[in-house]
Amino acid sequence: MTDSPTIPPRLRMQDIRKRFGATAALDGVDIEVASGEVLALVGENGAGKSTLMKVLSGAHAADQGSMALDGEPYAPRSPLDARRRGVAMIYQELSLAPHLSVMENILLGMEPTRGPIIDWKRMREKAAAGLAAAGRPDIPLNLPAGRLSIAEQQLVEVARAVAIGSRVLVLDEPTSSLARTDVEHLFALIRRLRAEGLAIVYVSHFLEEVQAVSERFTVLRDGKTVGGGMTAGVPAAQIISMMVGRDVEDLYPRSRREPGEVVLEVNHLAGLNEPQSVSLALRRGEVFGIAGLMGAGRTELLRAIFGLDPVRSGSVRVASYTGPASPARRWNQGVGMVSEDRKAEGLALSMSIAENLALSHLPAIPSPARLDTAAEPWLGRLNVRLRSPRQPVGDLSGGNQQKVAIARLLHHDAQVLLLDEPTRGIDVGSKAEIYRVIDELACSGKAVLLVSSYLPELLGVCDRIAVMCRGTLGPARRVCETDEHRIMAEAIGSAPLPQLHSI
Amino acid sequence: MTNTLEYSPPQSRSGSRRAMLPAQLGPLIGLLLVTGFFAALRHKTFASASNLQVMLTQTAVVGAAALGMTLIIISGGIDLSVGSCIALTCVVVAKLLEIGAAPIVAVALGMAAGCLAGMLIGVIVTQIRLAPFIVTLGTWGAFRSLAKGFADESTITPDPTWINDLLTRPGEGHRWMLVPPGVWVVIILAVVMMAVLRYTRFGRHVFAIGSNEQTARLCGVGVGRTKIMVYAIGGLFAGVAGVLQYSYLGQGDPTTAAGYELDIIAAVVIGGASLSGGQGTILGTLVGAMLMTVVANGCSKLGMRNWVQEGVTGVIIILAAAIDRMRPSSR
Repeated sequence: MTDSPTIPPRLRMQDIRKRFGATAALDGVDIEVASGEVLALVGENGAGKSTLMKVLSGAHAADQGSMALDGEPYAPRSPLDARRRGVAMIYQELSLAPHLSVMENILLGMEPTRGPIIDWKRMREKAAAGLAAAGRPDIPLNLPAGRLSIAEQQLVEVARAVAIGSRVLVLDEPTSSLARTDVEHLFALIRRLRAEGLAIVYVSHFLEEVQAVSERFTVLRDGKTVGGGMTAGVPAAQIISMMVGRDVEDLYPRSRREPGEVVLEVNHLAGLNEPQSVSLALRRGEVFGIAGLMGAGRTELLRAIFGLDPVRSGSVRVASYTGPASPARRWNQGVGMVSEDRKAEGLALSMSIAENLALSHLPAIPSPARLDTAAEPWLGRLNVRLRSPRQPVGDLSGGNQQKVAIARLLHHDAQVLLLDEPTRGIDVGSKAEIYRVIDELACSGKAVLLVSSYLPELLGVCDRIAVMCRGTLGPARRVCETDEHRIMAEAIGSAPLPQLHSI
Repeated sequence: MTNTLEYSPPQSRSGSRRAMLPAQLGPLIGLLLVTGFFAALRHKTFASASNLQVMLTQTAVVGAAALGMTLIIISGGIDLSVGSCIALTCVVVAKLLEIGAAPIVAVALGMAAGCLAGMLIGVIVTQIRLAPFIVTLGTWGAFRSLAKGFADESTITPDPTWINDLLTRPGEGHRWMLVPPGVWVVIILAVVMMAVLRYTRFGRHVFAIGSNEQTARLCGVGVGRTKIMVYAIGGLFAGVAGVLQYSYLGQGDPTTAAGYELDIIAAVVIGGASLSGGQGTILGTLVGAMLMTVVANGCSKLGMRNWVQEGVTGVIIILAAAIDRMRPSSR
């Protein structure tokens, strides 16, 4: 700690315990953050990070343990109470009112008024001050917040936290949907807020980010604090082994396998905007990676292949079939897709895990018991952590939700798997399990087309990689013939701004 | 990857803001087009000053209730029982007049009854945490039965008072009013509501709740209290509509205004409000209400049969919602 021992830390959480029924979500967690410090909180999904943050933000009350803000006891009764005490959270799912203006969002709930009438002049001044503190005074105050980019919406939330005079700012996976330049802006902003004396808790899966932005880190595993220290000089591998409790040498298993015949052939496929004339051939027993920047058209390519988006020209052949495409036809031909957006598109969050698994070929009269029995082997194979297959899939952690989305393809016995960012925003343990399953699938003769923005993953899992840039796909190269630099160079093309999600 | 993740340069923003302008004008242009269409075909009967007055009068009842409904729909709610509430206040006013109350007392208590009915909905929605659709499906029947019970299942016809003249043409000496006083009441209330929605903290909180209720709660907006207010105001406007309905009928009929809830909701939706909340304007609602009257009136002036009118109105509702989808969304 940098402070002298007589000054209490900005935030101290001691021996926090919280049980849900029989499971102990938090089993003795201690964290401390000083004013002007960034603490990274890392851990697998299910390690207790989000429960801890809910205790901190007043959404849950701890069963045991104590919290103190600047030495004063702190026990928020609700998220609102926590905000009033100066603890602000910025969640992954941004919480703005999309129809209201930027200015109204910043001052929501604390609008300056004269009697019941809003004082727009003071509102404007206060909001502008908040945006200036967030480093983006150019964002128009009158624009509906829903029209801003995700990165800008996040800054509006930061401006709100500053405007209410927060002492502790919690950022939960703040970069998961940001382009690289926006990540750099965010980091610069975090450093500035830190210099102004805020205590910042940074929750992330990306160890590169943890190393770039934090002074100290704390690792949670199974609801306990298992380690931590100064971030500088600690290698990522050491943090990972603390997180998973074992060494992850083979995070990326890749067995030797022989590619078979071509099962998916794409010929000069062009969508309405993207892709523009893409050709590729995917073989059985092969994992084919597609790298590229955000907006290069990778998702659009998968959607066009799967019949989700209209096609302008070109053709797709699945085994011997070359006719028109629709998602229902593709499923029948043994092609399955996992969407990059599991909440909006991939899963029916309020339906049960078993129903989600069987959704691609639900029987006319589904019997819950039969669905459960059919689902169990796949859930076991992907190691999904659940209470019951009838539990709503929305209750699961992100990593486990993603495993259910992939299990659907297994349950369907899909021969060609189109995976769009299957590991985005999920924990290392779940990632490792998904890589293992991809490897097993390829070994059993299935074909996998994998879109990812995370280069180590592509290089670790794929047999061949092609890079997409502005709607066109470059040549496919064997993974041993390429590396990160080459892929980056191809992905950037002649674009002025590199926007890779994460290297 | 969707394009929303990317930085959008400021030029495209001001472009999209310009694109919003016709969206708010959309219903108004529709109204002008439809009016122009009928005026061209039947300029003698349709486009006369007296017919314009008739149409304004016909819109007054639905328009008054739709003002309150706009607020409810912006907050993300719905009130299916507004027609029943109109009937209830209509009967309350008639009953009070029949037992000899002063007209002003009858009007005040009638509106108070509407306001109480709305408040009841708000309390059930916020305290028992039921969906407004379900709550008001219940009160749809309950308020109607209350009206019938109150009127002893018959029509109450008290002696005429000044209330009966609220929707008649201004007489000699009052020509300067141009339109009946009831229409003026609706216009004044509309202006007040516009100001409330735009300039008061309450109004902005209604938008915030409809746009993202959890965020509003997190930011310290009194969500429950605001919603109860919203439904109480909705009920108050249904009460105003009930008084106007009594004025129009000259009697308290417990079966009146059946099906009005759909016209009222349609007016709000044609006016550009979103049933999922966060969007809607008072001006749009009034235009929506007027549009439906103009279509019905114009069709009858063209000698079309009733079923044709109803069909045309249906098509217009769907068309309005479809046009609304095409405009740039703020999501």
